[in-house]
Amino acid sequence: MNLVTIAWKSIRQRALASFLTALSVALGVTLMVSVLVVHGIVDRIFSQNASGYHLVVGAKGSPLQLVLNTIYHLSSPVENIPYLYYKELKANPRVENAIPICMGDVTMEGNFRIIGTSPEFFEVDYHPDKKFRVRGHFLEDDFDAVIGSQVAKTNGWKIGSTFQPAHGVADDDHVHDEKFTVVGVLAPTGTPNDNGVYIHIDGFYQIAGHEKPADEAAAKAAAFEAAQQASGGAKKVVVEAAPKATVAPKKEQHDHAGHDHAHHHHELPDEQKEVTAILINAKHDTASIMLRATINEGPYAQAAIPFQEINWILNNVVGNVRTLLVIMTALILVVSGVGIFVSIYNSMADRRREIAVMRALGAQRTTVFAIIFLESILLCVGGGLFGVLLGHGMVVIAAPILEVRTGLLIDPWAFETLELVILPVLIALASLVGIVPGMTAYRTDVAKALHA
Amino acid sequence: MSLRLKDVRKTYVEQDGTRLPILGITEFTLQTGEQVALVGESGGGKTTLLNVISGITVPDAGQVVIGNTDVTRLSEPARDRFRALKIGFIFQTFNLLPAFTALENVLLGMSFSGQKSDTKRAKDLLDRVGLSHRLQHRPATLSVGEQQRVAVARSLVNRPALLLADEPTASIDAQHQTKVLELIREACREHNCALLLVTHSPEVAGQFPRVERLKDFNHPQ
Repeated sequence: MNLVTIAWKSIRQRALASFLTALSVALGVTLMVSVLVVHGIVDRIFSQNASGYHLVVGAKGSPLQLVLNTIYHLSSPVENIPYLYYKELKANPRVENAIPICMGDVTMEGNFRIIGTSPEFFEVDYHPDKKFRVRGHFLEDDFDAVIGSQVAKTNGWKIGSTFQPAHGVADDDHVHDEKFTVVGVLAPTGTPNDNGVYIHIDGFYQIAGHEKPADEAAAKAAAFEAAQQASGGAKKVVVEAAPKATVAPKKEQHDHAGHDHAHHHHELPDEQKEVTAILINAKHDTASIMLRATINEGPYAQAAIPFQEINWILNNVVGNVRTLLVIMTALILVVSGVGIFVSIYNSMADRRREIAVMRALGAQRTTVFAIIFLESILLCVGGGLFGVLLGHGMVVIAAPILEVRTGLLIDPWAFETLELVILPVLIALASLVGIVPGMTAYRTDVAKALHA
Repeated sequence: MSLRLKDVRKTYVEQDGTRLPILGITEFTLQTGEQVALVGESGGGKTTLLNVISGITVPDAGQVVIGNTDVTRLSEPARDRFRALKIGFIFQTFNLLPAFTALENVLLGMSFSGQKSDTKRAKDLLDRVGLSHRLQHRPATLSVGEQQRVAVARSLVNRPALLLADEPTASIDAQHQTKVLELIREACREHNCALLLVTHSPEVAGQFPRVERLKDFNHPQ
């Protein structure tokens, strides 16, 4: 019979006390694992998605809010910017892709965000070397919709399903008359795109109420043009004059097979159109830097670097919260360690005779020390391993909720490298708390204890 | 393997500094395979004598020679190892470990001697003491007599040269006393193991060919 077996038998002899002390360690480790895993997932997903585009352009204000809203579908939408501005950026020679993003509506079922965009959105990698894959096809006609995998799963929508957008990101009673038809379902990407409903930007502008009032639009267009003229920096962005939009009836009618659109068919002049944001990929990194500087100097818009904004939030908010939580859970572990110490130390008085018997049978001082020490290690490590399983188990339970609420695709069994530290830390903790009871066993006066 | 004590002295010092001489043995011997009953009054030093012989307690002076080894000259780890290999111990209160089954209690004796666990031998010994049907029972589920028989099996598992028994029948009823005593003596005969059995019972002592009174050869000063 080896020493581990002997230690294990002693633990089993005090089953309830042993279970409770191991459980306290397990709960501490559970918390730590949960914090690490969730933070790791958030970190990866934010970093992954943030690296898809060079710049996000939107109305002046908080760049962080712009990025969170446009890419992560979090936070409230920012102010809109003129469609003309989008057209100018698209024509800029430094720009590889300029993708318009229009927000403001949600689905009635599931409250998923509806994003009006151009078909180009799906041509650009959402992450380096990761392209969108779709069952069905991408946006072609005005009233086409492509939905994220989570939307399809939650709402039970498939190709051919139709829906009417509801106005406003917040709860709103107003439902638009226009009907959109699902023509494609995106393969899971593990990004907030899974929670998006993408409609054709031309269809978005045909939704009643999405046009800017004509007089307001005219005034804003004039102001925009004047601002462009006044701003030398902004002129650098504009390489060709914004084409004057004309109010003309749209030639196509949406009466093709499979579509039954109860909506008004009207073509908006560009002056009456707005976009919430523009996703930009520059032709090269230097162009991206210059473009950003120029846009930010202008009066109309700001350009935010997604990676930078997310890094800021990860370092200054998420990182600090994680550090705080890790410190708290580390303290819990220390308290658990003290619990183990108290449990083993208190049992020593009852076990003095047992230890003396072992010594009388020939066990050396170091042997009885090792047995008590091993008990501490087994309780700590056993509790810790249970805690790791429990921690990941909690993430398994929380993952679907987090996915629905944040659009983050979570792998509950994603292993954080920092988790590797837990085991050595637990062994060190167990060693620390096992020393004193071990020494008590070591110093046991055999003759006295045998005849006490 | 014989036992020889020569000029052994042991004095305890009380907390208030009072000296309490407990052993003063000029000469005491036990031949290989010999069985001796040691009788004496409570507090007379019987248990201390057993502790000194087994190396649990170190005498202040003198020699304790078992076979060719003077136990008093060994380091503590060496004494522990010597005790594990050469000396069997039976206690008055059996001292079985409650977390272990009968079989495991017997195997425990082997674990500390550094020998490979010989489950077959442990089972054979338990069979020999009539407990082959109680191998997996823990001490709490065994009768007093059964516990003492497990203790006997445990004391013999390493084939000791010397068996020290401290009032092994004091806790069991008269009916079982004779059986247990016979069991111990028979086992020692089988293994050619010297037996030094401490008892305060004249009936128990009367069954031994040699009876020693501690006060006759122990003169603490």
